[in-house]
Amino acid sequence: MTAMPKFTISRRKFLVSSAAVGGGLALGLRLPFGPGVVRAADGSPEITVWVVIRPDNTTVIRVVRAEMGQGTITGLAQLVAEELEADWSKVVIEYPTPGESVARKRAWGEFSTGGSRGIRQSNEYVRKGGAAARMMLVKAAADEWKVPVSECTASNSVITHKPSGKKTTYGKVAEAAARLEQPKDVPLKDPKTWKIAGKPLKRLDTAQKVNGTMTYGIDLKLPGMLNAAVKDCPVFGGKVKSFDANQVSGMTGVTKVVQVGDTGVAVIADTWWHAKTALDTLTITWDEGPNAKVSSADIAQTLKEGLDAEQTFVGNKAGGDVKEALAGAAKKIEAVYSYPYQNHACMEPMNATVRWTPERCEMWGPTQNGEGAFAQVLAASGLAADKVDVHNVMLGGGFGRRGTYPDDYVTQAVLIAKQMPGTPIKLLWSREEDMAHGKYHPVMQCKLVGGLDASGNLTALHMRLSGQSILASVRPEVIQAQKGRDPLTFQGVFESGEHSFAYTVPNLLIDHAMRNPHVPPGFWRGVNINQNAVFIESFMDELAEAGGQDPLEFRRKLMANHPRALGVLNAAAEKIGWSKPAPAGIHRGLAQMHCFDSYVAAACEISVKDGNKVKVHRIVAATDPGYAVNPAQIERQIAGSFVYGLSALFFQECTVKDGRIEQSNFHNYNSMRIAQMPKVESIIMPTGGTIWGGIGEPTICVAGPAVLNAYAKATGKRIRSVPLKNHGIQLV
Amino acid sequence: MRLTINGKSQEVDVDPTTPLLWVIREQVGLTGTKYGCGVAQCGACTVHVDGLAVRSCSVPVSAVAHAKITTIEGLATGKTLHKVQKAWLDHDVPQCGYCQSGMIMAVAALLKQKPKPSDADIDAAITNICRCGTFQQVREAIHMATKTA
Repeated sequence: MTAMPKFTISRRKFLVSSAAVGGGLALGLRLPFGPGVVRAADGSPEITVWVVIRPDNTTVIRVVRAEMGQGTITGLAQLVAEELEADWSKVVIEYPTPGESVARKRAWGEFSTGGSRGIRQSNEYVRKGGAAARMMLVKAAADEWKVPVSECTASNSVITHKPSGKKTTYGKVAEAAARLEQPKDVPLKDPKTWKIAGKPLKRLDTAQKVNGTMTYGIDLKLPGMLNAAVKDCPVFGGKVKSFDANQVSGMTGVTKVVQVGDTGVAVIADTWWHAKTALDTLTITWDEGPNAKVSSADIAQTLKEGLDAEQTFVGNKAGGDVKEALAGAAKKIEAVYSYPYQNHACMEPMNATVRWTPERCEMWGPTQNGEGAFAQVLAASGLAADKVDVHNVMLGGGFGRRGTYPDDYVTQAVLIAKQMPGTPIKLLWSREEDMAHGKYHPVMQCKLVGGLDASGNLTALHMRLSGQSILASVRPEVIQAQKGRDPLTFQGVFESGEHSFAYTVPNLLIDHAMRNPHVPPGFWRGVNINQNAVFIESFMDELAEAGGQDPLEFRRKLMANHPRALGVLNAAAEKIGWSKPAPAGIHRGLAQMHCFDSYVAAACEISVKDGNKVKVHRIVAATDPGYAVNPAQIERQIAGSFVYGLSALFFQECTVKDGRIEQSNFHNYNSMRIAQMPKVESIIMPTGGTIWGGIGEPTICVAGPAVLNAYAKATGKRIRSVPLKNHGIQLV
Repeated sequence: MRLTINGKSQEVDVDPTTPLLWVIREQVGLTGTKYGCGVAQCGACTVHVDGLAVRSCSVPVSAVAHAKITTIEGLATGKTLHKVQKAWLDHDVPQCGYCQSGMIMAVAALLKQKPKPSDADIDAAITNICRCGTFQQVREAIHMATKTA
């Protein structure tokens, strides 16, 4: 039997209420003057900033991290509901806005949802928000009954006075609870006792995703809204030289043609289709600027020079002089790898809806970073912080693309809306614009040199990265603080921390020659672990082979000091049956990584037909994220990460010609289909402790090298550059 | 021009070359059908035209003037969800969900043609792109849907 889900996301009022659009009271909250109860838009009392209890006993849980499919809102709600002892069937979600947060001294903390941080970096304070609310609700009931708090318990949104058997609901005592002072000492449950968190509960947002009623940014409708299509200079760093608005001003539906900053032109029309049709007709002359002749070959050459450069930044160094150790090695192995630019290609193209007046500017749309978008609206609108706000909606994919980048779609939308004061404008990029103006996975080359002793054991390793820094483009202040170094470049191979190298090599040097081409880079699901895992985990197999050792045994010897990393690797190897021969025609490969504070490993089985048709039959993936808040969602993130990662491995490359990206749509930037999907078997093995690891990204990086290692075993050919289509290899 | 969408006949005033997708989204106001590529690659815009799965971004509205069009909003019968929607709910298939309207419509059309599709049938018929990578759950949910009446 199928029950209709009991959970819905309470849709904010913006769809129907023009007052919310235009009024100065767009804050959904009613703040009291002086001490008193803060009320939600419907008048229900706020117990803590994370919890509102409605009179009908509905629990509204606030979430400020963005939902883009990764299940964060469900996981965070589970954590709050667990400590709150809430009735899970009566839980709904609400998104506070960055403007509300600003007005309340950042009461909800960080909004940014990237780096697999959504749950792991807010778990403690949201759980405390739930626990504090429970304590206040119980105290309110105890006070009403005039009994000690210690005689009362809470479960399923019901409070019971044990000695008398009296019961009441959260809804009935919420008003009184909201007037109590928040407790300062808020103990949390032992995760071993969790009943809601840690369980494979269904997502809270599925019902609207199967009947077409979920509102994404592209679906927004505001009263009097017009639509805009934009074209930015295809060459990064170029500008608009000229265009003649009269050329299209008479076309059906067209209201206005506007320049967007120095670099873009937009057509505003009644429908987006009319806007796009007119924009496609419009002749725009560009000043293509200094990058107009740059090609992929030029960029590759720049990176290649960095492979032997003298000046570098060090990310990991151990033991003695690596060059000396390599010179004295019994056997020296060397290989050069490379990784291309890749677009995120979120299913929902970039968009933002903005209404600007001299008094107020609001943006409705998908963002992974509400506060970052707020800052951009603030800057582009020219208004004060109390006069702007951002309303997040469900994201049709994020993968890092909807983080905050300079001169991106949010800024464009404000600059367009400013030219039609009072009229809400929905800016939507075409897929072609989305492909041409990504924030691309950075390019990187890598030279690896390893030294083996006479027994085939690794004594020295030099891993030289040469390529692009994301932070140099996106967060230059971090680079400045690091004296020029981009620590993120070393994800998965860093000396310590949440992305540390899980091998102990007697003589080790991992360094980076930073080379920053003109193509704007961005955080692409997994970020720098994608290429670092391909480089180091492929090379580990090359070293093992050169040393005449089994790749698993070779790794194990280097991992004695990294028990959690070894734990996931062993688990994946055991489940794939590594110690037994593979079935006829099947070849195996494996890989591991420590990243985003999770330990991940994958082992795969592939077959290869005609030397180039690869079928990935099976991937076993093991992850140790410390804590597993929703195992069902973790399984889905793991399987999904392999679709994203293997699409990148086999198909995806954005090439540069005449300063611009050559790929334009899914016909020349392919993505995996269901026929190519391997069977994914997940092993979720949280070992607890003080560290909470990420889920959305870590596993993405181990599928690629595991498949490359299996391919080398199957064919004897070591592939050292991505994507595999450039080697004539197909995924079938 | 008159269009019959989800059993309702209505007049739309558009250029006949306008893609069906944009007529559905912008004139009729049904936004469950999504834009993903505009070139019939991704399938996010899949609707049924006379029962067959069609990528509406690449069909001029003039070509379907006399056809019966069903969008995701019209797949359920009243409040009773279509068996594919039920399976999607039961198996918690969607992640971001953006491609799922098209995915569900493509699967519903497949099950009409082949009530018990094999894995090979699924591979051949379902070519929609899902960037979140829900394929494993999609396949499992299709098999679940075929077991319900």
